[in-house]
Order: sequence, then structure tokens, then C-alpha cells
Amino acid sequence: MKTNILKQFPILKRKINGQPLVYLDNASTSQKPLVVLQALQNFYLNTNANVHRGIHTLSEEATEQYENVRAKVAKFINAKTEEIVFTKNATESLNCVAVSWGRLHIKKDDEIIVSALEHHANLVPWQELAKEKKAKLKIIPITADYILDLIAYEKLLSNKTKLVCITAQSNVTGTIVPIKKIISLAHKFGAKVVIDGAQSVGHSQTNVKNTDCDFLAFSAHKMLGPTGVGVLYIKRALMDEMVPYMYGGDMVETVGQEEAVYHRDYMKFEAGTPNIADVIAFGSALDYLTAVGLKTIDAHDKELLAYAKKCFSKYSAVKIFSPIKIENCGGVLSFTIAGVHPHDIATIFDQAGVAIRSGLHCAEPLVRSLGISTTARMSFYLYNTKHDIDVAEKALKKVFTIFKIKN
Amino acid sequence: MDLYSEIILDHYQNPHHVGELAKRTVRVIEHNPLCGDSIQLDLIIKNGVVNDLAFVGDGCAISQAAMSLLMDEIKGKKISALKKMLPAKVYDLLHVPISPGRVKCALLGFFALENALKSVKKK
Repeated sequence: MKTNILKQFPILKRKINGQPLVYLDNASTSQKPLVVLQALQNFYLNTNANVHRGIHTLSEEATEQYENVRAKVAKFINAKTEEIVFTKNATESLNCVAVSWGRLHIKKDDEIIVSALEHHANLVPWQELAKEKKAKLKIIPITADYILDLIAYEKLLSNKTKLVCITAQSNVTGTIVPIKKIISLAHKFGAKVVIDGAQSVGHSQTNVKNTDCDFLAFSAHKMLGPTGVGVLYIKRALMDEMVPYMYGGDMVETVGQEEAVYHRDYMKFEAGTPNIADVIAFGSALDYLTAVGLKTIDAHDKELLAYAKKCFSKYSAVKIFSPIKIENCGGVLSFTIAGVHPHDIATIFDQAGVAIRSGLHCAEPLVRSLGISTTARMSFYLYNTKHDIDVAEKALKKVFTIFKIKN
Repeated sequence: MDLYSEIILDHYQNPHHVGELAKRTVRVIEHNPLCGDSIQLDLIIKNGVVNDLAFVGDGCAISQAAMSLLMDEIKGKKISALKKMLPAKVYDLLHVPISPGRVKCALLGFFALENALKSVKKK
């Protein structure tokens, strides 16, 4: 199976600084399999036309293919087709909730709860909404083991809580959040819950019905799909309580000179020509992920994480920011080396062909709360191997040599 | 050529002119929002010359070594001459190739100096 997977990702044969590429920056974006690239090319070569408009054959085919992906996305997260909205990325999906639902339902002195683990995409829109409505933003802290403090969460909940916005998995510490529990506790107070699934949906099974999720945002590009496609799942009953956040063609039923009537379903959120080709190619990514199996991918991520933790924790100069138990963690490993800035770690890794991320990871409050300025981060996906981690460990030793670090 | 030359590592691990100046003429703080690097630069200007200087920085080897090297370079120099200095000077001092991704690191101190010199003029 492993060889078949690697064949789908020719980019992994590239040499970087004379060394074979080891791509460990999957939390930023994943690589794309050939099936996705072929779907993209096939669309432009054979089907290209606008959707939802034409009577001609190409337009009908394009519409059918585009709408088929909506159904595939729905199946992937156990939602209904009419609960899926396409956006350009998870960030846009979260902003859509803030504008289309938040502006109508958040009032003065209401409370919005977020967690200390959030990516800026699931923090800044709520900061702005709270500011605009004079509502309060409350933060769920994390424990010394980088997991969410559920006791503190329960204390924050009250009848004033209107919205809980939380990530399913941190992009810095890899912490997995027990979203089913978070949601059921919030629902007891009548609050709605927004889940940022950017790090989780392509790596482990998501079931919006089982978790009773109200909103779920994620990006195609982190799960083998092209850039420029995001998804927003909206529980059907909530869609009627929402207004469009962009206006124009395709989202209207009828338009007069003075005013217009908008679609009442998901169509009201997709103004203008959508990213047709990339959505269709995303469908191939979903097929591919389904064929490999999310359970397999999740187990593979965790196996690599455990191995990486074992390899990296041997060195006393290395500090790892990751929950102790592997089951609390996705395939993300942030670390620092005493006396070496993470940018320099990333540069030396790159010289060895190893692509990792360094910096604040768009989660500045979280990284600052760890008492550090930045971290270096490795993140894994289905095409990574233990050999990749061995290469990373060699690069780590090179960092020690260059900076004269003793362990 | 190796980015992490002896000179760069030496200046990173033992930077020159580190600290604060109580009797400073000017203080500027420069951040790189992308990576969180920062530099605080204090200058004492007397008769149009950099009489004394000190910096406190947090960042990668490139940004901190570049600042340390720049500090050695500008001490005792005339403000009028420093205002004509170009970023190329920093690359000369570093003496290693700087990739596009590291330009902001290399020039963080240069921009701190540039802003400090601008604010001297205003005073």
C-alpha cells in the first residue's frame, strides 16, 4: 500500500538542496495526489463551462460534477447534501458564520467562548464580532499537558453563552479536543458550536450528526485537495436563521430593479462563479482519502508521532510541546531547541531536504502562552514514513553540531 | 557557502553592544510580525556622530548576528554618512548568501537603524 501511495505524489521525488524532499509541513498544506491533478486537467480539457446557468451540454456536465462533490463532502462528514456550502477556505467559512449568523444572533453582553488553542482564523472573527456587538469573549485555558481544561470550560458556560468556537485539533500542539463533549455541554445552555476542522477532517473521521455539530469549517488544501476550496457545514435548521454575506449572481431567486429575493438554502452563500474546477478536483481527493481510509490515516499519523516523539525526546536540549498521551494528539509535533531560534532549525532542516514550519503558526496567543517566541513544527500525513523522521533526526543532529549544542 | 559561518555564529552567540543606554538620544523597537523577531536599539548621538549604542534583540541567528555586525560598523560614524548606507552593506557584513525568505531577518536591524536616524532628524 505504501508504495502505491508514494506513486501518487511525484513531488516527493524532488530534490531539495541536493537531498530527497522530506515533506513535514502538512499542517500548513498537504501535497496533491495525481488523481487530483488529473481531475483538474480533465475538467479544463473536456468539461469547462460555468455552473447553474447554461442549458448546453458542457454546463450541465459541469453542474452535475460540481454538485456531485457537494454530495461527496456531505457523505464524508455524515451531513446532508443541502448542509454543505463551498467557500474559498476554512477562514472564509468561519467568517461566514460570524457575519451571516453572528451579526443576527449575538447581542450586547452575550458571551462567546473560544479556546486557548485557536488558530487566528477561529479567533479574530470572534474578537471582531464581540467588539461590534459589545459581547464578551471568554477563553478556555489549557492544562500543563496542553489539553483543554474541561473543568474550566464548564465553569465558563452560562445562560449568557451564545456561541462556542473551538478547534477539533490544534495546529501547534496537535491537541485533539473532545468536540462531542464540548458540543453537548454547550447545547445544555442553548449555545451554538462552531468547530474548526481544518486540522482534523482530512486526518480522522468526522461525524457531524453524531457530534450534533452546528457549524464545521475546513479547507480542501490540507486534505489532498487544491487550494482555493473551503467547506462550511451548516446544520439545516440553522440555515434559515442566516443571511447571505456576499451578494450577486447565482445566490438570487428573482431580481427586480430595486430589490432581490435570495435563495433560502445553501445557494444563498455561493454568490458569483464558484471555484468549479478545484471543487471537482477536491472530489477526487475525497475519493482517494476514502479509499485509503481515515482510520488507516489516523493510525499512521499517530504511529509517526509516537516515533518522532521517541526520536526527538532523546535529546535534553529539545523541548517538545505535545500532550503526553498519543490518543490526545494528532500528527503534529512542535519543538524548540535551547539556544537555537526555530527559523535557524528550519533552515538547517531545509538544507537536509526536510520541509518543516517555524514561527507562530498563526496561533500567536497560544505560542506566547507557552512562554516562547516561536516553535519549529513537524506535521505528518499518509505519505510520510519512519525513514522521513530518521532524516529529520539527522538534521536535528546537524543543528546541534552547527550551534555547538551539548545534550 | 555555508549560511552558518563562524562569524555569524560567533556574533549570534556572543553579540556585541548588547544592553540599554539610560542617556540615549533615541530608542526604536523594530518587529518582524512574520516570525516574532524583535530588536530594540538605543543610540547616543553627539555632534552628528554615533557616540554610543546598544541593542536588545530576540530572534534568529541571521537577524541577531546582522545587528551585532552592524553595531560594530556604525559606532563612531557620522549620521550623514549612515543615512546614505544601503541594505547591501548588511549583506557585505554577513558575507553569506541570503535567500529571499531570510531578507527580512537580515535587514531587521538595518530598518531599526533607519527609523532611529529618521527620528533623530525630527528632534
